[in-house]
Formats: sequence, structure tokens, C-alpha cells
Amino acid sequence: MINELLFMNGYGAYVLSAFSFTLLSFGALYLVTKIQYVKEQNKFVAKFGSLNTEKAKLAKSQRINKEILANVTNN
Amino acid sequence: MFKLFQPNKIFQITSKAPKYVLFLFVVVLSVGLTEALILSPEDYKQSDAVRIMYVHVPAAWISLGIFSSITFLSISGFIFKNKNLFLISKSLAPSGFVFNIIALVTGSIWGKPTWGTWWAWDARITSMLILALFYAMYLISWRIYEKEEKIFKISTIVTILGIINIPIIKYSVDWWNTLHQPASINYLIKKFNSLINAFSFINNDCGICTFFIANFLNEI
Repeated sequence: MINELLFMNGYGAYVLSAFSFTLLSFGALYLVTKIQYVKEQNKFVAKFGSLNTEKAKLAKSQRINKEILANVTNN
Repeated sequence: MFKLFQPNKIFQITSKAPKYVLFLFVVVLSVGLTEALILSPEDYKQSDAVRIMYVHVPAAWISLGIFSSITFLSISGFIFKNKNLFLISKSLAPSGFVFNIIALVTGSIWGKPTWGTWWAWDARITSMLILALFYAMYLISWRIYEKEEKIFKISTIVTILGIINIPIIKYSVDWWNTLHQPASINYLIKKFNSLINAFSFINNDCGICTFFIANFLNEI
């Protein structure tokens, strides 16, 4: 059965390469997105992670940060 | 109406949903792969090469759907001055581009044993290649400009020009005498070999969709 799955009446190379390319593309897209996400996360932490009280107050007063933090306080 | 697109609402979903969507993706993809590679019978003409259709067709559908969504969101963002709609469409673009490339490459792989050639300047194939260029232009427009307003304008213009290509891709097989076969859905309804064909298409479509959603949630 495995031989049938690999050979596929002579079309095995075409079919398996098409599926492999698809799955590899999925993996690559997921990795690229994950790397970008981690980069942005690190940027955010670098900017807001070690704020003193004054800077933290200023950051919290910005509208976009208020909207994001509304989710955190609700949880 | 646009309260749904506020950052706190979006983050409520994107912080919790990815792991469930990923789980669903793995389940649906496993079922789809089993049906496509093992359970589906071979075609009477193409033999086992028909299995490539189970990734080629859904990938093509998704890439067309994503580009249409990007256009709709960009125009809506322009009309209603909602920046979040632009950010959502920016997040959709890489997935759409990758699915377009998958459709082109798997179509090329399918073409070699069936048509005897890796590439043909057929109406549908050429218009899909043009769509890939529009995706690339859209992605580049987000990188080369610095001012946000300029990015929104240029990217919206790219999508409006690109949307003209979508009905050309869809109807090219009807309007012109092309090498590419007619639409798969009509083909399935008229010449229905087995339920497995339909389920394989649907399952692979669902698998691809759930992957795209999981990735999109990460991106946004």
C-alpha cells in the first residue's frame, strides 16, 4: 500500500511534490508571521517594558494604549 | 458598526482564538490529506494526477477571495476613514500571495504530465500570474512609503486596479478558447465521479481556510 501511495501509477513524484510544496509554503508563511510577531512583541517590551512611573502614566493616557489595555483590565 | 474593528475587540479574539483554530486546522487538514491521497479514486483520464487538483483549486479560490476581501476592506477604509480596515487588509495580503503562488506552482506541476508542459501562456494562467504581481505590488506599497496616508492611497489604488483582473480570471475559460479546463465546480456537478471528490475539495478548502485564519490572527 505504501508503494502504491509513493508510486501512484507513475504520477507519485508530481503529486507528492505538489503536496510537499503546499505544506512547506504553509510552514514558511507561519514561520515568517511568527518571527514578525516576536519582533514586534520585543519592540513593544523594549519600549514599554521598563518605564518609570511618569512614562507609564503618559503611555497609558495615549488613546491607542487605552483601547488595548481595556482588554487586559477586563480579563 | 465599526466597534467590532477597535483594537481591544480585535485583541480579545486574536489573543484566544489561534490555538483553537490551529487545532481545527490540523484535524481538517489530516482528514483532507487522507481523502485526497488515499480514499479518492483516480480519474479515468488523468489517473492519479487528479489528486493535485485537491490543493490547486482551493488555493486558487482562496487567493481570489482574499484579493477581493482586500479590495473591499481598502475601499471601505477609505470611505469610512477607519485605519483598522487597512491594517486587516495588510494582514490578509501575505496569505493571499502565498496561496496564489501555490496555485501557480501546483498548476504547473499538474500541467507537466497532463498537458506535457510546465507552463503555457493560457488566459487563466497568465491572469493568475498578473494577480500575483498585483499582490506583490500591494505588499511592496506597504514597505516603500513612510507616510501612512500615502500608503493607504497607493495600496487602495493597487487593489482597485487588481480587482478588474478577478472576473477576467474567473470567466477567462468561458470567454476564450483556452487550454485550461472549465470551472471545477461546474465540472464536478456535471461529471460527478464520487462523493469523495466533493468531500476532498471541501475538506482541503476548509483546511486551507483554517490555516489562513490562524496565520491571519497571528499577523494582526
